[in-house]
Amino acid sequence: MSIEKREARQPWVLLSPALVSILLLLIVPLMFIVVYSFWLRTATGADQVGFYLDNWIEVLTDEFYRDILLQTLRIASVTTIVCAVMGYPAAYFIARSRGNKAILLLLLMLPFWISYIIRTMSWINILGVSGAFNSVLMMLGIIDEPLQLLYNEVTVILGLVHFLLPFMILNIYVSLEDIDRNLEDAACSLGAHRGRTFLEITLPLSLPGLAAGGLLCFVLGAGTYITPVILGGPRDAMFANLVFEAIITQLDWPLGSVLSLVLIAVLGSIVLVYNRFLGMRQLMKGLA
Amino acid sequence: MDNTKRYERLLERYRNGDLDRRKFLGLMGAAGLAYGLHTPFAKSALAAVSEVRFDGWGGVVSEAFRKHAFDPFAQKTGIKVVDGTFGSGDEYLSRVKASQGGEYNIAHLSGVFDYARYHGLGLTSELNEDNIPNLKYVIPKLSDVFRKITNGKLSCVPYDYGTTGLAYNRKHISDDEMKEKGAKILLEERLKGKIGGWSDWRTRIWYASLQTGQDPNGATDMEAIWDTLRTHRDLLLKYWGSGAELMSLLAEEEIYVTEAWSGRVYALQEQGHDIGYMDPPNGFGWQECLFVIKGSPMEACEELLNFMLAPETSIAVAEGQNYPPALDPTKVDLGKKIPTLPAFDPKGTLEGLTFADPEYWNTNEQEWSKKFGRIQKGY
Repeated sequence: MSIEKREARQPWVLLSPALVSILLLLIVPLMFIVVYSFWLRTATGADQVGFYLDNWIEVLTDEFYRDILLQTLRIASVTTIVCAVMGYPAAYFIARSRGNKAILLLLLMLPFWISYIIRTMSWINILGVSGAFNSVLMMLGIIDEPLQLLYNEVTVILGLVHFLLPFMILNIYVSLEDIDRNLEDAACSLGAHRGRTFLEITLPLSLPGLAAGGLLCFVLGAGTYITPVILGGPRDAMFANLVFEAIITQLDWPLGSVLSLVLIAVLGSIVLVYNRFLGMRQLMKGLA
Repeated sequence: MDNTKRYERLLERYRNGDLDRRKFLGLMGAAGLAYGLHTPFAKSALAAVSEVRFDGWGGVVSEAFRKHAFDPFAQKTGIKVVDGTFGSGDEYLSRVKASQGGEYNIAHLSGVFDYARYHGLGLTSELNEDNIPNLKYVIPKLSDVFRKITNGKLSCVPYDYGTTGLAYNRKHISDDEMKEKGAKILLEERLKGKIGGWSDWRTRIWYASLQTGQDPNGATDMEAIWDTLRTHRDLLLKYWGSGAELMSLLAEEEIYVTEAWSGRVYALQEQGHDIGYMDPPNGFGWQECLFVIKGSPMEACEELLNFMLAPETSIAVAEGQNYPPALDPTKVDLGKKIPTLPAFDPKGTLEGLTFADPEYWNTNEQEWSKKFGRIQKGY
């Protein structure tokens, strides 16, 4: 075999375990879901095999599903914006700090050592009626009765921000680290004050990181299931909760499959639009 | 019947003159031959069953099962009980549906309607009741309802029973107010934001039936029920999804009133919380069973069921999980604690409890579970 041929084959050989895993664990199950989406659920809970469009028609025409999808996208958008606003200063601080950068990055990673569910449930102990926040306010005499802070949309967003903020900070940090500091020094030496330097040099150059963090936060936020279950009230369901309910509570796997595919299609479209305009390079850097 | 008993009966018939000596010796020889041929294979077959999977409700219930049943059973037989949990019967059924035969073995299922659903999906097994002699201690009424579904056979043994009644915080709601309002306390405007509710569609519709003055096993005005569910939702702080969450919401005083499982409320009372409990007229009674799923190692499962139905095990588990056992109090002395548990029936007739009619609920399951799912989310 010639060297060229061997070199051409080598990446595929190295990639083959990952490709086989993706094929078996992602593509094949996805194909099953596609097939399932055309079946029907019978009265006993068993599946009726065939080619039926009933579930697709129901999901695509029923306002209920559309409204929950829009609510999901709205919650994910708000979460992303909050993460961006909170994450940028933190990422900037880490990127510009001198000796303690490694410690700060380690602190940023610390929450990942604790289960996401436990981190989400910890808010019950903080914001609950007998939680830390209410206890402190009552101890200081600011309130007489505990405030009802939990189980609403705000706490759902709070839980999501808690979960997603590190992803945003890391992406922005990577982007800020890539900026040539000489550009900022040049702007200052040409008379630009620090604010203008930030707005015209640093911020535009860090936008790819902000966008990559935004995409990650949005996609992960829109697909979340557990946060609204733990921290949400009766009206705070998200689209993934509908998938869970169809498959688990109603034993309607065909309907659950359609809902899953709709969510994948919507989030996939957003990723494709991002890729079309910004490319995936920055996202890969952030994830690395 | 074990082999010793069979031999004793045969010997008795021989001594009584029912069998001649040649026939007696012939039968003994045949039995010896059968034993010799069977034993090596039976041993290897039994040796292959080193563990049985059991799934239950988690929390204090699973703790009681583990401590009083599974660990002693493993010590006695060498068969390990792998202990899993689920949050709801629906969730578990979905997992079983997705599994391979034999992956799940025994489940602590609630309600005859669940038994009927499993039967509808072809998941029932057939127990050899000769291997479960302790079944004789069980209240007959509890077994009969299962037999009706599976043509006189059993795929489960009844294990305990309880109610889903009303739990309330006595600091904020008096016993008199509860007696006066009953199920309608869950629609009390004064308690807005302090009311809880289980996210189970059956329980919700059951209580909405009571609140609209209808038969919970035969509601006729469903529009009134949907409207009541919406009213309840708008007064609600949160739909809870597990026993642990229920206990936390009540103990932390996030909610003052909700419908609740009798045993969990008893556990809260034992912990010193001033939580009252009442079953309104036609409150939701249920019985739980130990259900053996098709494809399970039957003999090992039957051995476990028999062990769990032994009065000493059953009573210890019942005292641990705070639900009365399925043992007939007219046949077995249940000790001091069990008669104090909520829903306990000293006569063993269970006439005071209203159980869900499986046909009524399962016929409407598909439509109503979906409808409630929408109402739950604000529609």
